[in-house]
Amino acid sequence: MENMVRTPRFWGIHADPGLRLNWMLGAIPFALMLLIYLTASHIKLAENPSYKLLPSPYKMALTVKELILYPNTFTGEYVLWNDTVKSLHRISLGIFWGAAVGLLLGLAMGVFRGCKGLLLPFVSFVGTVPALALLPILFIAFGVDELAKVVLIFLGIFPGIASNVYLKTSKIPPEHITKALTLGASELGVTFRIVLPQVMPSFLDTVRLSLGSAGLFLIAAEGIASDGGLAYRIFLAQRGNNMDVIIPYVMWITLIFIAVDCILRKFINWKYHWYAAEER
Amino acid sequence: MTADLETLRKKSILYFENVYKEYDTKLVLDNVDFAVSAGELCSLVGPSGCGKSTLFRLIVGEERTTSGLILVEGHPVGFPDTTRGIVYQRYPLYPFLSVLDNVLLGRRLSNNIVARMRHKKEFEEEAMYYLEEVKLAQDKDKFSGELSGGMQQRVAIAQALIMKPKILLMDEPFSGLDQGVREHLQVFLLEIWEKFKLTILFVTHNLTEAVYLGTRILVLSQHYTDDRGPDVMRGAKIVGDYQLERKAASTAVKVTEEFNRLVQQIGHEGFDPLHLQHVKKFNLKHHDSFQTLTKEEDRG
Repeated sequence: MENMVRTPRFWGIHADPGLRLNWMLGAIPFALMLLIYLTASHIKLAENPSYKLLPSPYKMALTVKELILYPNTFTGEYVLWNDTVKSLHRISLGIFWGAAVGLLLGLAMGVFRGCKGLLLPFVSFVGTVPALALLPILFIAFGVDELAKVVLIFLGIFPGIASNVYLKTSKIPPEHITKALTLGASELGVTFRIVLPQVMPSFLDTVRLSLGSAGLFLIAAEGIASDGGLAYRIFLAQRGNNMDVIIPYVMWITLIFIAVDCILRKFINWKYHWYAAEER
Repeated sequence: MTADLETLRKKSILYFENVYKEYDTKLVLDNVDFAVSAGELCSLVGPSGCGKSTLFRLIVGEERTTSGLILVEGHPVGFPDTTRGIVYQRYPLYPFLSVLDNVLLGRRLSNNIVARMRHKKEFEEEAMYYLEEVKLAQDKDKFSGELSGGMQQRVAIAQALIMKPKILLMDEPFSGLDQGVREHLQVFLLEIWEKFKLTILFVTHNLTEAVYLGTRILVLSQHYTDDRGPDVMRGAKIVGDYQLERKAASTAVKVTEEFNRLVQQIGHEGFDPLHLQHVKKFNLKHHDSFQTLTKEEDRG
């Protein structure tokens, strides 16, 4: 008798790796990268113990320990901590204002046709301007301090958020709006109590996706002119080829983004369980 | 007849006179006249594309007439407000609210925050009362995704009822549901209509449903003729207006001969594109019925 067909584990269009193998598969590229790095580092350091470009994990750990535990000799600051606070402060201010303004503009354009006529062309225009190209203007206009960096992040993300909220809002069935009016809603009542709750989860999703570009703007701004911050430290370390600083910092930044992204996603799933059922 | 129009305008809950609605190149409603008195369950039927939805949007206040008069309770129709309750076929519920919150919504939206706080308990009891009436009290914490189509429509009815609208407008509310569920909801609607003394305008393309539910049937159709000649663009008119006897709420009547004869007659008069009645011959027997023909339409 012929054997029944079995589902392959990895190869082909019919493959179903299953949960455990999936995890293992996902780990392979990471393991490979680590292995290649460690090998290269080991070989290079064996040739020349003061080679700086491929520091050993031990060397990086020592540097990180110093950056975390001991204050800087000149400024008296705990470097990693200080950089993190500075960067997070800038990016959260920029994201907060970008998200708030984007949400309000998007709602206004989605609900009120007059506002749409007034604002949509302009918002689309601002959204098309490459924000990074504005950086020199911002530095001239707002100085090289905090404000220019926050404004860059703000300018970079608010048009995207506004158009997304607008699109989402205009997709709300008109039946929902008419019915709310027959249930006694005022125009603002419709906007904030019928439309807003419906676009909220997708708005948060958009903010989550804007984190990436916000981070990009932050790094660019800090790299060009700053007196502290995660990206500032990386660019500073680059001048001395201090890979033992750069690599841990890049990993730390990545970790922060993964964490925030994960928290936001979990929050959306928990708070807006109906969204998952409706949208996805 | 014209002498009565003034009284009719005043006493009708809903009143259409000389209503035309034209889109860019298409005349949809062509001199529509009708009046609906309080307490009726008025079915509006018509072949697809005859302009039922357009007429519905005009009553709701989502669109304006090209010309003509629409009165709700004797006042010119305005933007959507609490005088008219709506139950739609699609999107019966707000997906982000639980069943109870959906029913409470009207009370919440129409009161300011102080009143909401003060009457919180009252409102909730009221909402629960209506949920019990639609037999969904035990599902109050569910969301629309967890309810069947029929249940969603029942919640939507409760949601509209809590505002005690002068007239309840229903746009194909039971279309798209299984036949069994549909009949169940029809019986349910008749019970609710009787109990709360509602005035309902029930728009449907399903003749059987219209005849079964209505105390009155308005037939809107583009299939008719008049004295304007063959080349003129015509829109839909009320081509039939029947008063029906209020019968027992059992769906068993649907198989009686009388019932079927009426369904066939209306189907023939309103839905058959090959059977063109002259405007003067329309079957407008209902006592609230009237017709304002132009000279071109009726050259005597």
